[in-house]
Amino acid sequence: MQIRRLLLCWFTASLVLIATLAAIAQEQAPAESGTTIDTRWFDFNRVNILVALIVVFFLIIYFIEKAKRGRDLFVRRIAGLDAIEEAVGRATEMGKPILYVPGIDDMNNIQTVASMIILGNVARTVAQYDIPLIVPLRLPFVLPVAEEAVRQGYMSAGRPEAFNKDNVRYISDEQFAYAAGINGIMLREKPAANLFLGSFFAESLVLAETGFSTGAIQVAGTANIHQLPFFFVACDYTLIGEELFAASAYLSREPKLLGALKGSDWAKSIILAILGVGTILVSLHVEWFRNWFLVE
Amino acid sequence: MRKEIPLLITFLAGAFFIADYFIPHTGFSSWAETLNGWTIIVIAFAYVLGVANVARVNLDYIQRKGKDTPYKIILLVCLLFMMMVGIIWGIGEHTVFDWFFINIYSPMQAMMFALLAFYIASAAFRAFRIRSVQASLLAITAVLVMIGRVPIGEAIWKDFSNFSEWIMNVPQLAGKRAILIGAALGAISTGLKVLVGLERTHLGQD
Repeated sequence: MQIRRLLLCWFTASLVLIATLAAIAQEQAPAESGTTIDTRWFDFNRVNILVALIVVFFLIIYFIEKAKRGRDLFVRRIAGLDAIEEAVGRATEMGKPILYVPGIDDMNNIQTVASMIILGNVARTVAQYDIPLIVPLRLPFVLPVAEEAVRQGYMSAGRPEAFNKDNVRYISDEQFAYAAGINGIMLREKPAANLFLGSFFAESLVLAETGFSTGAIQVAGTANIHQLPFFFVACDYTLIGEELFAASAYLSREPKLLGALKGSDWAKSIILAILGVGTILVSLHVEWFRNWFLVE
Repeated sequence: MRKEIPLLITFLAGAFFIADYFIPHTGFSSWAETLNGWTIIVIAFAYVLGVANVARVNLDYIQRKGKDTPYKIILLVCLLFMMMVGIIWGIGEHTVFDWFFINIYSPMQAMMFALLAFYIASAAFRAFRIRSVQASLLAITAVLVMIGRVPIGEAIWKDFSNFSEWIMNVPQLAGKRAILIGAALGAISTGLKVLVGLERTHLGQD
């Protein structure tokens, strides 16, 4: 607990330190032609991003602390996440497996990280009903993380013996070979529910339409907005952008995670207010406010 | 300590790369490049895990003599064959590996991609069925945008293409940006939770 608090303070302090150090020791390198050496310790063109980041971080930390003190935080109903429980129930009734596809990006994509967190929660629910959870993966680096997330879920449910390592499968790192592999699983093993949660690209519709043709209940979620329309038409429920990141807090109902969710909601309100003020000022030909937010 | 040390590594690496975004100093950037190089090496080793997983899952299936055994055997034979061909003759241009990749794998991948055309048609059919007010609005808007993007649109009304562009650039883009802002904040929040150890699912068991 103390370590976490220490890390939290350290992280915030390091951000503030960067800004302070930069202000004190700004060593603007002369822009000599032909040289690529940069001696600046801070990019002042990005100071607005740093300020925004610090504000967002402080809001999140504030609401986490508030949640830890036991304040009740309201989170609206997210139908797609409620449907996961429904999907597990349906799979149990039918005696068929659940397919969980965490997208095609690597662990350096935050959507894949979010997906692994949801996978842990889904595994915990699935473990209680004793149905197989199949997790096909595109990148081998995600494999140990997914295995651990599923194992942890089964252990949390008190059923470590039910965890089957063979159900977390590496398919191929080629996009359409991976899609073909998942289609094969859908058509052969006929999962009762397909969960597509993570970062998806052109394979999204191939997967979702095949799943639709098998009659499975489908829940999808991605922050890749270009793939959202495909999921809307082919899936029963779709988590839009931020809902994917809210899933872990929503499913676990852990106060600290709900606090972080509330913090980002407040950050969104501030952005909305800034957008409103900016729109009015730009309409009145006042440019200075808008220029604060330009990023070079 | 099984969780504290990975947490500390996660935090330090995360804080370092956030700092790298704000520090353009050449020395600092070269550290970041070195760390990225390490990542590539670690990822390369992860492929060993991937191949081991494919081999284990499929060999188990073959031993159980399931009905898809012939396909599993083909998969493992192809995996071994391509590995051997790549190791013996290399994977550059005009090699045996390259020939198999271009003449066998690429057409199969193109076929999977081409399936999208049919999937889009069937998905569009379902999406444009007018069952509710929202579905009606979607269908009407889609028809207007489509007409605005073909010559007949301008024949009907000379400003049709401008109107279609307005739909794409104003209401459509506004909605898209709203989703993007929410997603970006969600990503920041998730990143922070992982960095400070509020989210630990990915770290596995205690």
